[in-house]
Amino acid sequence: MTLPKTIEAGSPFSVQTPGSGKAALFIVGTGQVLKRDVELGQTVFFAAGSLYNAGHYLVVLQGDSFSETDSLDVVPASKPANLSFLAKPSRLPVGLHAGITGAVYVFDAYHNLILEPMPLSFELSSPTGTVQKRTVPTRYGAAWTEMDSTAQQGLAKFAASVGDISSTRVIGQVPGDPCGLKMNAQQLDRKIHLVTDAVRDCNGNAVPDGTIVTFTETLKGSQSTIDQPLKHGIAEATISAHNGAMLSVASGVVIGNQIRWEK
Amino acid sequence: MLRPFLILGTVLSAASASTCAQAIVRIEAPNLVNSRPLQEQTGRAAIRDYLQSWQALTAALEQNRVDLLDRDFVGSARDTLAATIQQQTALGISTRYQDRSHDLQVVFYSPEGLSIELTDNVEYDVQLVDHGRVKTAQHQSARYVIVLTPAEVRWRVRVFQGAPR
Repeated sequence: MTLPKTIEAGSPFSVQTPGSGKAALFIVGTGQVLKRDVELGQTVFFAAGSLYNAGHYLVVLQGDSFSETDSLDVVPASKPANLSFLAKPSRLPVGLHAGITGAVYVFDAYHNLILEPMPLSFELSSPTGTVQKRTVPTRYGAAWTEMDSTAQQGLAKFAASVGDISSTRVIGQVPGDPCGLKMNAQQLDRKIHLVTDAVRDCNGNAVPDGTIVTFTETLKGSQSTIDQPLKHGIAEATISAHNGAMLSVASGVVIGNQIRWEK
Repeated sequence: MLRPFLILGTVLSAASASTCAQAIVRIEAPNLVNSRPLQEQTGRAAIRDYLQSWQALTAALEQNRVDLLDRDFVGSARDTLAATIQQQTALGISTRYQDRSHDLQVVFYSPEGLSIELTDNVEYDVQLVDHGRVKTAQHQSARYVIVLTPAEVRWRVRVFQGAPR
């Protein structure tokens, strides 16, 4: 029998059979199995879309008294149709170097992995419109990249595209740790009113309300603390006024200023 | 880093449970270009699970049982093999695959660690059984590209695709 050694997934092809009489033509692989009853000496036509899973196929022409075998490789279509795009993480702090990764597998319309190299573009658009771009060639159908999270909080769009196919993921960028945490102290009758300046990260993004700020008073070896959530961007607390007390403020691992209370 | 080595034994045997034959397994050093480094233990686990998946594939295609795929295959690999089994069942045929050798290489490890891609130059025998009668038995060589993803306790095959050698 005569048949092509290689076809593209889903493309039409034909098998020319020898001799005369009746036989069965099998095309057998792990990806697909086809069988046709044939008149020997005729050409057997397989329409477009008949054999579409990429792979190696055994072709068997089985007659009553003979058997002939050959093989056929089905390769992926060259045109990309689907991207499997995994972006990580879905949420991260702003200003993180190489904090975002994207990995892509490129498939054809029949979901065969396209193994031929092709340029794949990654694009991360920040909420303010700045764009980071990378173009990476696929290798064995896969490509990946790393991106820096941007300086502004908000939703960033992370897109992967090849040819006219693209896939987009949304990355939530949240403010980082507070930066330059500062409080002020003010006497209020017999108490001290502590209030922070507006709490922002190092890129100027407002740290979200609810973030805990800890005020600490240290006096003669004893310590008392008050945890307060940020509200409208600031935290405040009122404590008893003790002469000589050391007052400090912190949030998470970030330590702010200290004030010695002398009145 | 995964070192190249040759295995002929039971631990990574890809032999069919029904035949007791053992496949020769050769593992090449990973060919990762600008990719996440692969720990040896991770690479070995992925390869072990992939080789075990051949047992499931062999049994499922021989017995025309889709359920035998469930432990080792997921996603499009499972769907494709399940469709093949359904086609075989409809035609009254089955296929007996017996892997003889594997030449494996890790070619991609995704940065978040959620997929590993392998190539496998595999030598195997295949028998076509039509209504209980063996119609042909052939030795074949093929190259497979495999993408594995982690499940609860093992790596499972998500893409299982033949390619010309």
